[in-house]
Amino acid sequence: MSLYTALRHFADSYALAVICVLYLVLCLWHFRPGAKPHVADAKNLIFKDENDDQ
Amino acid sequence: METVVKRLGVWALVLLASIAAIALTPDAGFAIHMGIVALVAVILIVATLGTYDPVARAQSIFRMPPGPSRYDDDVIRWGVIATMFWGVVGLLVGVFIAAQLAFPQLNFEPYLNFGRVRPLHTSAVIFAFGGNALLATSFYVVQRTCRTTLALPGVARFVFWGYQLFIVLAATGYVLGISQGREYAEPEWYVDLWLTIVWLAYAAVFVGTILQRREPHIYVANWFYLAFILTIAMLHVVNNLALPVSLLGTKSYSVFAGVQDALTQWWYGHNAVGFFLTAGFLAMMYYFVPKQAGRPVYSYRLSIIHFWSLIFLYIWAGPHHLHYTALPDWAQTLGMVFSVMLWMPSWGGMINGLMTLNGAWDKVRTDPIIRMMVLALAFYGMSTFEGPMLSIKAVNSLSHYTDWTIGHVHSGALGWNGMITFACVYYLTPRLWNRERLYSLRMINWHFWLATLGIVFYAASMWVAGITQGLMWREYGADGYLVNSFVDTVAALHPMYVLRGVGGLMYLSGAIIMAWNTAMTIAGKERAEAPMGDVSTDTSADHPLLPTFAAEPAE
Repeated sequence: MSLYTALRHFADSYALAVICVLYLVLCLWHFRPGAKPHVADAKNLIFKDENDDQ
Repeated sequence: METVVKRLGVWALVLLASIAAIALTPDAGFAIHMGIVALVAVILIVATLGTYDPVARAQSIFRMPPGPSRYDDDVIRWGVIATMFWGVVGLLVGVFIAAQLAFPQLNFEPYLNFGRVRPLHTSAVIFAFGGNALLATSFYVVQRTCRTTLALPGVARFVFWGYQLFIVLAATGYVLGISQGREYAEPEWYVDLWLTIVWLAYAAVFVGTILQRREPHIYVANWFYLAFILTIAMLHVVNNLALPVSLLGTKSYSVFAGVQDALTQWWYGHNAVGFFLTAGFLAMMYYFVPKQAGRPVYSYRLSIIHFWSLIFLYIWAGPHHLHYTALPDWAQTLGMVFSVMLWMPSWGGMINGLMTLNGAWDKVRTDPIIRMMVLALAFYGMSTFEGPMLSIKAVNSLSHYTDWTIGHVHSGALGWNGMITFACVYYLTPRLWNRERLYSLRMINWHFWLATLGIVFYAASMWVAGITQGLMWREYGADGYLVNSFVDTVAALHPMYVLRGVGGLMYLSGAIIMAWNTAMTIAGKERAEAPMGDVSTDTSADHPLLPTFAAEPAE
């Protein structure tokens, strides 16, 4: 088996599966239980500079 | 004093090296470019010498507010001015090449023929106009969302001026005929090396600022900016792997050959669209649209899904530029499938941006900046719908190599990138120069309608031209011969080319109005005009009509 074939089979089996799982984890991470206040904080963060002066 | 002497020494060395290069090279274009480098070294020597204080001088030229502002905004002010300048230049060159296509007599050989001026246009609008807008807004957004000043302020200044030197070297190179012949990556090896240095410095400033943030969260706009900076670094380096023929000459050859070279080029080319013109500008959208609307983004979680989907899908879509070529069939299909999948996150992002206005839709009527942002998002949606459609092989067999592609690119570039950049510059100018308001809001209205009509003229004429062209090219007669020669199609398209020029001219006039508006705002003037969306009331007339008693003469 040539290097190309080996890499190719690796790419469309394990590597593909790892990338798909990684994608799903990264997308769903912000839906985990307890994430809601963090997401709300991050969402409103851009307005802090006007209402949150020291 | 010691640092001044050291700096002078460094610039003198640069000057000497460039003079030596001018003397030794047999290549006229390379000599001119080294002359530009020498000129920059001379300017820096003069600037370093004596009592000359370049920062104070620049502050007076650009009318920067005196005293330290809370954030490090000098580079952002320069970036806004450079954005406007290069925007007008790039659009002007665009109108010129549109006129060249309609009236070939305008090809002035050799320096101003279409082949040399066209990359000048694309690079000026993408890298000079778009690049400066990204530089300025990224430094603005990252400071405000991280609530800290720029890390490495000196490097940030180097990034700005180094990037301008890159633009000047690239632009003069095209006119002189110095080109790698790779679309959107035309600059030759030494300019590419310079850009690599500047870009790594840019990444260092941006990442450094994020690392010293005073805010636990990294706002999603910064994710998009970071993706843009890192991916462009990777794309630029890989696509420009080339060996120069001589260290004292402009010419170089790519390390890839044949179809691998083509695929590398379009992997770069499409992701330049995906990460320079999409991710970077989406970062602007995710900060400036909520700020201007005064409401947080519709769904923060959707913006994260939008981000990861773009990152995971975009990088595979490049092969759709090489349908029906020597590229293996599976790779073409892969590019097509990923392009079609991209439709989902793109529309998710568009809906997210538009729905941010939920409950504040009246602002579309009263606030011309919001109206520009809404139009930009609408064009983001339209061009990310058209793109996947064009990538489908059956559609591509009609559309490829025709003006339909040009129309698609411009609905994205003029509609999405142009309009969101204009809106951001209108947002930034009064804030950066501490002005009460812009010089004129009503002039934004003029700009908006001129630009919108210009895009309509441009896109519609290119649709008609592209489909006409595609159908004429594939038309067979009864005996199996092609019916039309190439020049027949050119003659048929002439009216469409003129209309396209008209559209471009309208878009350019809008940008000139904007340049005037921002220049007057920076100068601190305010146009006397009726405020927009204001219903006039006259309180003195607001009373019931009382019966009048006429004086009667006494009998």
